[in-house]
Amino acid sequence: MKISNLHRFVQIAATATVAFGLASIATAQDNDKLVVNGEIEMVTRTAAPSYIDGIDEIISGWNFRTDETQALQMDDFDNSGMLGVDAAQEAWDTVQGPEQKSCATCHGNVSSMVGVRTVMPKYNEEAADLWTLEDYINNCRTERQNVEPWGYTSGPMTNMSALISVQSRGMPMNVAIDGPAAPFWEAGKELYYTRTGVLELSCASCHEQSAGLRIRADHLSQGQINGFPTYRLKNAKLNGIHARFKGCVRDTKAETYKPGGPEFHALELYVASRGNGLSVEGPSVRN
Amino acid sequence: MAVGVKPRVKVPKTAAAGDVITIKTLISHKMESGQRKDSDGNKIPRSIINTFTCDFNGQNVMSAELHGAISTNPYFQFEATVPESGEFTFTWLDDDGSIYTDTKSIAVS
Repeated sequence: MKISNLHRFVQIAATATVAFGLASIATAQDNDKLVVNGEIEMVTRTAAPSYIDGIDEIISGWNFRTDETQALQMDDFDNSGMLGVDAAQEAWDTVQGPEQKSCATCHGNVSSMVGVRTVMPKYNEEAADLWTLEDYINNCRTERQNVEPWGYTSGPMTNMSALISVQSRGMPMNVAIDGPAAPFWEAGKELYYTRTGVLELSCASCHEQSAGLRIRADHLSQGQINGFPTYRLKNAKLNGIHARFKGCVRDTKAETYKPGGPEFHALELYVASRGNGLSVEGPSVRN
Repeated sequence: MAVGVKPRVKVPKTAAAGDVITIKTLISHKMESGQRKDSDGNKIPRSIINTFTCDFNGQNVMSAELHGAISTNPYFQFEATVPESGEFTFTWLDDDGSIYTDTKSIAVS
């Protein structure tokens, strides 16, 4: 009796230690407020959409970064991603191809693209498929300008998607997941929770269950994509969503899906829907 | 020949005499280090911005020598005291002989 009581006491003590230990792990996300150029106020923390099970609050990747990295995004002059935006603005106004058209010929000022980024990716009735911003850009190039499409993750493509994202900065992400988009969303959700690679990690392993904890010298974020395209200090250029997905899947030591392929399209819709309510930040700055 | 090189400078438009102002400069540049090889194994020659200077009304404010291992799109932020109205001249020298300049005037009251 005495021994078993002692045993039980040790067990309780051990449980308490574990619980206390977990509670005291410092997580990385802060409560700083993101205001760009002193005027565009961003929502970086808000309640998770009702259809997301694993988390209560959605948090932009910005809150997981150091103060120094955060500051780079708060002023467009310090945000090197704006260099890509400038380059894309030139491309927007450049007349090219046999049709002698620029983007501006049809769309006028790029400010006409306001709100576009908030609903991407979306179901395209005509094509009967899920289209990303990149698909729409390339469709304009091949069908209207009659020029070669850009590579899905190429520099000019990512710059152009940054230019279009900038028009919606500060607006909440609001992708549709019902109606014809529903099957794509389901497929994306399936992928999100599927473990891949030698390390057997799913998106959720890191970005749902371990957000805020360390992964080697870095902090895991929730993997939100409201800030894309994102300027990474690591490679000093703008990075697209599918290029980032590819990097993540590769890090699980798996053969990756193809950027621009159907798997990443579905995953993009699902991940975007997890961030519905966060502000469009693109181009953001991350490490 | 570096392509897509574009200097950007941010200087306050006005200041009071003797004020210390913050100047930010950024130039888009590939900063090819000279350490990399192309897909055929040939060395890619170095092509970087090697010097940066800032002058105010002909007087040097700061200058910097840049060497390898400075990353893409070099950014400088520094402070200067402005005694009078005038013009800042910013100059970047490229390995390929190109010279990029930008000027900003400031009104001092």
